[in-house]
Amino acid sequence: MTEQQRGKLKIFMGYAAGVGKTYKMLEEAQELKGSGVDIVVGYFEPHGRQYTIAKSDGLETIPRKRIDYRGSAFEEMDTEAILVRRPQACAVDEFPHTNVPGSSRGKRWEDVQVLLDAGIDVLTTMNIQHLESLNDQVWNISGVRVRETVPDWVVQQADEVVMVDLTPRALLHRLQRGVVYERGKAEQALQKFFRESTLVALRELALRQAAHEVEHRISNGQTLVGSGTDVAAHPKKHHRILVLVTANPKTAMAIRRAKRMGDFLGAECFAVTVQPSGDLSGLPEEDREAIERHLNFARNLHIEARILEGEDVASAVVDFARRNQVTQIFVTRPRGWSSLTALARDPVQKIIGLAKDMQIVIVSDREPVAR
Amino acid sequence: MGSVTREIRRKTPEELLRECQAEETAAKKGHLKIFLGYASGVGKSFRMLDEARRRRERGQDVVVGAIQPQVPPESKALLNNLEVIPLKQVDNGTAIDLETLIRRHPVVCFIDGLAYNNPPGLRNPTRWQDVQELLNAGIKVIASINIQYVAELQKEVEAITGKHVSETVPVSFIKSADEIEIVDAPPEEPMDRPPEEQAEAQKREQRLSRLRELALVLAADVVDHQLNEYLECHGLKQQFGANERILVCITPRANMQEMMEMAQIIAQRFHGELTVAYVNQPNISSVDQAALDARLAIASAAGAHVEILEGDNPADILLDFARSRGITQLFVGHSQRAGISRLWGSPIEKLIRDSRGMDVRVFPQ
Repeated sequence: MTEQQRGKLKIFMGYAAGVGKTYKMLEEAQELKGSGVDIVVGYFEPHGRQYTIAKSDGLETIPRKRIDYRGSAFEEMDTEAILVRRPQACAVDEFPHTNVPGSSRGKRWEDVQVLLDAGIDVLTTMNIQHLESLNDQVWNISGVRVRETVPDWVVQQADEVVMVDLTPRALLHRLQRGVVYERGKAEQALQKFFRESTLVALRELALRQAAHEVEHRISNGQTLVGSGTDVAAHPKKHHRILVLVTANPKTAMAIRRAKRMGDFLGAECFAVTVQPSGDLSGLPEEDREAIERHLNFARNLHIEARILEGEDVASAVVDFARRNQVTQIFVTRPRGWSSLTALARDPVQKIIGLAKDMQIVIVSDREPVAR
Repeated sequence: MGSVTREIRRKTPEELLRECQAEETAAKKGHLKIFLGYASGVGKSFRMLDEARRRRERGQDVVVGAIQPQVPPESKALLNNLEVIPLKQVDNGTAIDLETLIRRHPVVCFIDGLAYNNPPGLRNPTRWQDVQELLNAGIKVIASINIQYVAELQKEVEAITGKHVSETVPVSFIKSADEIEIVDAPPEEPMDRPPEEQAEAQKREQRLSRLRELALVLAADVVDHQLNEYLECHGLKQQFGANERILVCITPRANMQEMMEMAQIIAQRFHGELTVAYVNQPNISSVDQAALDARLAIASAAGAHVEILEGDNPADILLDFARSRGITQLFVGHSQRAGISRLWGSPIEKLIRDSRGMDVRVFPQ
């Protein structure tokens, strides 16, 4: 008996609804079917788009699973039914989707992991807005805080990421012709993601990300192809990044920024918080919850997160950094740094003073413009 | 990989204003759309001709002005239903039939393959210049090109493919496009090959991946250029930060090596832009001046834009400059290894405090 081979993941990446991701995915599914691959549609969101619906003609679709939640019925992908059917490949729309509570897994990308683990190849779709590390930039560009995100490591695992491109002008035409959304919804969409400048900026972000994904796969060479295991690039000079976790709500942004830098530099990331007792038990509830949330957030992004014991935050952080050959420390911009007392309490100044052999990055909001 | 970015650097507001004005006066110039691919066979021609079909079906007056010497079967089917003005045969080669196209004056003209040299003796030495004439005549042109044929990328392309191409299109022409669309498809994976072919196939795939990356970055740079023009022409002071823009602030005594090293790595990995700025100080000693000149020379050699700024308050000057250029990361040296007390009230501290919207990276000195 041969060892179970993990399935291959291919992502059709776009920068907005309506660029043609689902169409492209189904087109490829049709091609695979034509060449004799046993492929099914695991989940497909037609959005009433006739050209896309036509592309699904003749493909076997696994019926969705009905889940009741708070008196309403929801439909989700039936991962278990797909496992029973056991096709060679499966097309799954809307990779970043959050499943309704009561589903076996919280996220559709987690369902996809199950399919891949079972050796099923998966074709899927997503927009650049949903990539975790770009969350702040997307907010800056569009004024929208995207809640449904996919951790970068999940996308990095993909064997192929294809950019589905369309010029913003053509996309806006589609929108006006009602190809993407029906009227009312189209107008709503035009208000947010679909301004021309927003689309152009998101598209630029998507193109750069696609270039990065290509480079990432080149530098990882053939080891990545089909292996689906965790990836670690080997840079010439070794960088290590430490991010300081506090209750400050901007910590999530610092973690994202540090992780993105780490991914691009091929650097390992750590997240630490410093507490006198070595745990979070003594903290006010609000702070404890915030710090726990940040530590879990870091772990979800595959960052090693720890609680350090120490009275003085700056010395504990710098000491840990030095012992672990950290080269860069990421911190949030101090709150209310204009006042001297706030400054005295904030460890950033002291970290800069103590970590004479490291780079300190003070992370800032890329502030969205008031609209 | 940074060279394209350098070509298409972010412009100063003055430059952009001039362009906006130029655009208004050159009112009736035709619209240019480019399909960019990274290799033959990714489907550029098909995508382009498919657009021709759709436009024709919508009733537009569409003409094909150039097709590739070898047409794949699925494209051939599309061509059957399109009006084609064949290439003109001249003594030692072919060229698009400029005169006929201008006389025919369609609404849209499709040119498959921009990068061809015309045979000697014609009005223009290259096809892209012919296309420029079509545009000047008010004809909308939709054209395709492979990344291999971009003039400014020849060094990179040769390093990847080992081949030299003599027929190229300048990046400025591609940049002038009103729309650019990338035709992306990952290189086919070598499956079920005999082991002796496996290695060669993988090398080929790597080469294609590198070309694909070049194409994606060029498209992103063109889009960045369009975005800035759009914002400036509409008087919007918005910074999107879709591209990383690094500003390294230096002084005559700055320990520049680590800063520049890091800045170059980040600029390269993020395909971003790198600027080095210095705020002029009065009464600088000749020793410091020499040191400064040496540092600026290093910066230029590294491909950074170098800016000398004037003003009394270095921190404010640098921040104003950074904002005007949409800087996302500010690099500063931690001057003189100041202790905690020295940092408070220092220019560095002011930079950190007032640099909203940018990350500040403090370097050891």
